[in-house]
Amino acid sequence: MIQVQDIHKSFGTLQVIKGVSFDVKKGEVVCIIGPSGSGKSTILRCINGLETYQRGSILIEGAKVDPASRAITDIRTQVSMVFQRFNLFPHRTALENVMEGPVFVKKMNRAPARDEAVALLDKVGLGAKLDTYPAKLSGGQQQRVAIARALAMKPKAILFDEPTSALDPELVGEVLAVMRDIAAAGMTMVVVTHEMEFARAVADRVLFLEGGAIVEQGSPQEVLRNPQHPRTQDFLHRVIHPME
Amino acid sequence: MSFWERATDYLPLLMEGVWLTLVVTFFSVILSTFLGFVWAVMAWTRIPVLVALSRGFVTIIRGIPIIVQLFYIYFVMPEIGINLTAMQAGIIGLGIAYSAYQAENFRAGIEAIDKGQIEAAHSIGMTDQLVMRRVILPQAIRIVLPPFGNTIIMILKDSSLVSTITVAELTRQGQLIAASTFDNMTVFTLVALIYLALSLPLTFLTRHLEKRYSQA
Repeated sequence: MIQVQDIHKSFGTLQVIKGVSFDVKKGEVVCIIGPSGSGKSTILRCINGLETYQRGSILIEGAKVDPASRAITDIRTQVSMVFQRFNLFPHRTALENVMEGPVFVKKMNRAPARDEAVALLDKVGLGAKLDTYPAKLSGGQQQRVAIARALAMKPKAILFDEPTSALDPELVGEVLAVMRDIAAAGMTMVVVTHEMEFARAVADRVLFLEGGAIVEQGSPQEVLRNPQHPRTQDFLHRVIHPME
Repeated sequence: MSFWERATDYLPLLMEGVWLTLVVTFFSVILSTFLGFVWAVMAWTRIPVLVALSRGFVTIIRGIPIIVQLFYIYFVMPEIGINLTAMQAGIIGLGIAYSAYQAENFRAGIEAIDKGQIEAAHSIGMTDQLVMRRVILPQAIRIVLPPFGNTIIMILKDSSLVSTITVAELTRQGQLIAASTFDNMTVFTLVALIYLALSLPLTFLTRHLEKRYSQA
């Protein structure tokens, strides 16, 4: 469904992605792990056309992702994104945030769009917060609204860019639980994360990225329990035993 | 004759001037807001040609005194076949001159919106126009409004500049009355008080907006 083929990207002289290729099949959950600065988020942003890339190609159901082309808005309605810092629209309520895409991008009528948005907010556990503005919501609640906003577009896939990294530790669980439900419902997901527990439990495949390249990939079992590459071993060791 | 008696003599003529001052101010505000918005959006598009045009225009306009711009439009344009009434020239001149300041204000308001929100809007498939209309403008307007109030006050006061190209607005009427009566004291005191009376409500409104939006 998503095909990333030999992507290269640099910011000026700094090469941040050095030939990354992977496929994501329909319904698959792929977790991308790796140290910060390894290019994980950049790849995700390339898939959604928020960043350009210099070489290679990204295809979504055969359509090339090209930020300069007009078709990019079509692709974005098919692939939603959830951001580290939530990025809700602060001047709109939770409900309005979720309705925004269906009503203004998909030109849905307000009444059915509202019903769907209410159902989605219910699903992420925020049925009681419909008319609340983002500033009055906790980080975990904001992120759940953001997930509902992504779901409201009925995307074919959702990209998660470190969705729990900006959250207080006690709020991480509620967001991961929602993501697990979405995965269980068959959504295609690419998740950049530091939550190894989540990757282990939910991912079909884990990619370990370092220095702009995929160092190792495989099932969570293979990559997280029994990593072959010394860099993966070293990274996981530091994540799991940060005090050593 | 007392000050008040003389004042009552002059006021009807001055009020004719007030009317033209308000007309010039009103249309200059409209024109400068429209043009300023266009320059700001051009700069925002990141399309190199548009950005360069916008920046070049704003730089040129800001570097030339308004009064010279007015002379240029009123006295030079007829030489290339563009004849404008003094009123039209005054409104166009002030409108263009102030569009540069308006553009800076709008640009600042647009750029104050968190980039993450714009990315989020793009990620749900919004086009740039939709992002502008649904995400940027509703928020930018709160940032832009208080300085916008100040700009209106500036335009109101600087509308006196069009007196130099023969528009019979308040300042010009004052000059004419003063020239025929030599009663400079009364006339220009009145003129000053009238400008003050016109700008005070705007000043209070601007302060109110500043207070209101600084809390949000």
